[in-house]
Amino acid sequence: MPESASERLSAAGIEHRLHEFLVERTKTEWEPGQDLFASGVVSSLFAMELVVFVEKAFDVVVEREDLAMDNFRTISAMTDLVLRLRKAADA
Amino acid sequence: MTGGAGDGPLAVIGAGVMGAGITALALGHGVPVRLLDVDPDKLAAAPGDIRAHLRQAQLMGVLPPGVAPGELTTAASLEGVEGATAVIEAVTEHLKTKVELHCAIADAAAPGTLRITNTSSIPVAELAEVVPRPQDLVGVHFMNPPSLIKTIEVIRGPQTGDAALAAVRALAQRLGRRPIVVADGPGFVTSLLLHRMINAAADIVEQGRATVADVDALLEGCLGHPTGPLRTADLIGIDNLVDSLRVLHERTGDAGCSPSPLLLRKVAEGDYGRKTGRGFYEYAAR
Repeated sequence: MPESASERLSAAGIEHRLHEFLVERTKTEWEPGQDLFASGVVSSLFAMELVVFVEKAFDVVVEREDLAMDNFRTISAMTDLVLRLRKAADA
Repeated sequence: MTGGAGDGPLAVIGAGVMGAGITALALGHGVPVRLLDVDPDKLAAAPGDIRAHLRQAQLMGVLPPGVAPGELTTAASLEGVEGATAVIEAVTEHLKTKVELHCAIADAAAPGTLRITNTSSIPVAELAEVVPRPQDLVGVHFMNPPSLIKTIEVIRGPQTGDAALAAVRALAQRLGRRPIVVADGPGFVTSLLLHRMINAAADIVEQGRATVADVDALLEGCLGHPTGPLRTADLIGIDNLVDSLRVLHERTGDAGCSPSPLLLRKVAEGDYGRKTGRGFYEYAAR
């Protein structure tokens, strides 16, 4: 349990889970900095699915100003968001 | 004289996909809403659905800045309709259901209150010839999701009064929507064009001429359609789409509006689209 928890909270672990989810849902490979919505592969409506996934997978709540497209545009942006929200929750 | 330009609450009748979406649009623009539905399960689920719509609107940056959300109240009857600035009916596309409801709304609402039918295919005239005070009745075709689509199709029935039309324009402004007024008729402009296209797209898939993803990719990539016809079908709800196609087919006789066997099969299997988690595509829970 401690091992899986620490993996979930590391940047690499978060990136891995996000990448896995995106590949499964879009049948497309993604680079960490690649703009999902500029790609034409996913519509902007898919962003809400990403929000729900991020909240469930990483046990965070995304609200107010954090609920913005720029936080979900790339795997890196989502990873930063999760790390920040986890840090705030732990503080 | 029909009202509607004031700052009072809206009454939305029908807590399904469109009713919840329209409610979220109004709340997000600071307009209080009284949401009514006779189905207790739908009414109980509505606040969660509305919250999801509002979160999506926030995510996409389409909520007006600095506006406090309107207050939501719910009821299982037409209680409270008499105090509404405007009444928006958003129930399924069945003429008998709409006629009966609009007769009850006309009895409950004060004369001069703007009464809207959110319709995708049924002509306003078919309601107006039966319900009292048809001068207060206007058709408005909100598209799903209402918060994200800034244009609304406004249908002027043959008896719609100038005051009601002015009230709809004022309401559209209050909701940050751009109204485009068209004449009455089956499917108006958008559904007559779009539903036939979706039906044809389903037939193409049924005949094995292209996959679902390829049909959408072609319409998106070559013709600039934002979501592709089959993903749009999932957004509309394939059950509602079939209802609308039947309305169009019965009234126009156009064979292109006779629902595709593939659409009928999806409805029979309960695969209605986004709202059930599966249609032409699969969706994660919201």
